[in-house]
Amino acid sequence: MNYPVDLKYSKSHEWVKMDGDVAVIGISDFAQNALGDVVFVNLPQDGDSVSAGESFGDVESVKTVSDLISPVSGTICQVNEALLDAPEKLNQDAYGAWIMKVKNLDGEEELLDAAAYEAFCAQEG
Amino acid sequence: MKLIFEKSVPGRGCSLLPACDVEETSLPENLRRATAPALPEMSETDISRHYTELCHNTYGVNCGFYPLGSCTMKYNPRIDEEMAALPGFTGVHPLAPAHATMGCQEVLNLTKKYLCEITGMDDMTFQPAAGAHGEFTGVLLIKQYHDARGDAKRKKIIVPDSAHGTNPATAAMCGFEVVNIASSPDGCVDLEALKAALNDETAGLMLTNPNTVGVFDENILEITHLVHEAGGLCYYDGANLNAIMGVVRPGDMGFDCIHVNLHKTFATPHGGGGPGAGAVGCKGFLAKFLPQSASMQGDGHIQVRGFAGNFLVVVKALTYLMTLGREGIPEAAQNAVLNANYLMQKIRNTFQPAFDRTCMHEFVLNLEQLKKDTGVSALDVAKSLIDYGMHPPTMYFPLIVHEALMLEPTETESKDTLDWVAEVFRKLYELAHEDPEFMRAAPHNARIGRPDEVRAARNPVLRWRNV
Repeated sequence: MNYPVDLKYSKSHEWVKMDGDVAVIGISDFAQNALGDVVFVNLPQDGDSVSAGESFGDVESVKTVSDLISPVSGTICQVNEALLDAPEKLNQDAYGAWIMKVKNLDGEEELLDAAAYEAFCAQEG
Repeated sequence: MKLIFEKSVPGRGCSLLPACDVEETSLPENLRRATAPALPEMSETDISRHYTELCHNTYGVNCGFYPLGSCTMKYNPRIDEEMAALPGFTGVHPLAPAHATMGCQEVLNLTKKYLCEITGMDDMTFQPAAGAHGEFTGVLLIKQYHDARGDAKRKKIIVPDSAHGTNPATAAMCGFEVVNIASSPDGCVDLEALKAALNDETAGLMLTNPNTVGVFDENILEITHLVHEAGGLCYYDGANLNAIMGVVRPGDMGFDCIHVNLHKTFATPHGGGGPGAGAVGCKGFLAKFLPQSASMQGDGHIQVRGFAGNFLVVVKALTYLMTLGREGIPEAAQNAVLNANYLMQKIRNTFQPAFDRTCMHEFVLNLEQLKKDTGVSALDVAKSLIDYGMHPPTMYFPLIVHEALMLEPTETESKDTLDWVAEVFRKLYELAHEDPEFMRAAPHNARIGRPDEVRAARNPVLRWRNV
C-alpha cells in the first residue's frame, strides 16, 4: 500500500494535497483497494460548496456504494469529470486521479500525515 | 445453452386448433399488425426440453440449502400453490361485479385481519407489488400525514447506516432528504446519534427490527418514543418479520406503519422477479390515506397499483397463515431463530460472528481476520460453497461489517442439514489456510465460475442482441 508523504489524509480515506490556496482531493490507495473495482462515480458540480465531514459524492464498486466525505470546507473550483467515463482510474492511480479541487477554504477535518494514516489503516485492517 | 428464440424453427408449432365452424372475419385494417409477432416456433418436445434444461441450470430452495441472508429463502409449501391455482381465483376478472367475487373479497378481508393481528396494525392494503413498492407506499403515508396537517417543514427521514439500501432510496423517491445515522458498536440504533438527528424537520424514521445484523434492538420502545416526541412517525420495514411473527408486534413497538413482504415471509417463491406483494399496514389515524381499490375515489387517496394488487400472492399468504395457524406462525419464527443460533454456534469455532451475542433469524460472519491471515475473502468462501451444492450467503452486506457473510438458514431446514453446513464451513476454513489459491479460483464444478462483474457494471449489454 502506498502512502505518499506530501499528502494529508482523512480518517474516511480521502487524501488532500495543497496546491497554493487550493486543496486537491482524491481517495487513498487503501480506499480503492478496500472498495475493489470502481464502476461508477457520482461527482459534485463546479461551484458547489462543500463542508468538512459531509458527503460530496459517492463511488460505487462491485461490492458497495460509499459516500465521498469532504476533508475540507470551501467552494469547488474544478471537478475531474474524466472519472465519469473512466472510474477505473481511481483504482489504477489513486493519487493521480484527483476528484475535485476546492478553494476559499474555511475549515478542515482532523487530517493525518502519511505515517499516522498508515498506522490508522493498519488498525482498520 | 441456447435461448428459446435461437431454437425456433419457422413453421414448427404445437397448437392444434379445431376447424373453424363460424364465418371468418377480420379486424379493420388500421387495427391489424403488418408483421407477425416474433414468437418462437417450437414443438412441444423441444419446449419441454428447453425449460427442463433451464431448470437444471438454476438453483432454488427445492435444490438445496439457500442461506441468503436478509432474503428468507424458506421452503414454500405446495398447498399454497395449489390454492392459488384454483380456477375460482385464477379466472376472476378485476372488474367483475362484487356479487361474483365474494370469495376473493373474503380472502382479502381474512388475510388483512390475520396480518393486522400479527403486525399490530389497524388497516392494510395489498396494492403494492413488492417490498420496495410497499416501502414507497408506507413512506407516502407519512408524507400525506404531515401534508394534511400543513406541517411543510418535515422534509427529513432518518435511516440507520445498517439499513437495506431500499430504505434511503425510498425516502429519496418520496421527496425526502435522507439523514443517515451511525449504528452503535452492537449494530443497533445509537440513541445519542438519533437524538442529535431529531428535530422539527424530522418526518420519520425507517427501521428494521430485528435489524440487518440479526439483532433485536432492545431500545425499540425508547427509539419510537423519541421519534414521536419530535413529531415524526415510525416506519417498520418488514424485511425481518420472519424472526418475530406471532411473537411480538411492530404495532406494540410503537411503529405507525409497516410493509410486509408476503412473498418472502408468507410463502410465495421469490427472488425470480415476482410477482410479489408488499402489503402495507398502518395505525388507524393513517388509514384514511391508505390506497384501497383503484375503483374507489376519495380525497387524499393514493393509488400505487391497479385493483387489489397481486391477488394470487395474497391467496398463498392466506393459505400459509391458515395452514400454520395461531400456534404454527410463532413456532415458525422461533424455529427460524433457533436454527440461526444453532448454526452460528456450530460455525463459531472457525469463522467469527461480527456481533457475538444471541442472534435472531440471521447472523453475520466477519471474515476480515481470515482475509488478513490467508488472503481468502468473503467472496472466495461464497464461491467455494457453490462447489458443495449450496447457495452462497449474502456477501458484503451489511456495509458496517467488512468481509461480511450473512446467513439466514430459515425455519425449514433440519438439524441434519445445519450440521452438514457447519461441517462444510469447517472444511473451507481449513482449506483457506492450506490452499488459498484453490479457493481463490472457486467454484471448480459450476457451469459459471466468476462472471466479470466489473465489465457487466461498466459496459452492461442489456439486450439479447441488437434487433
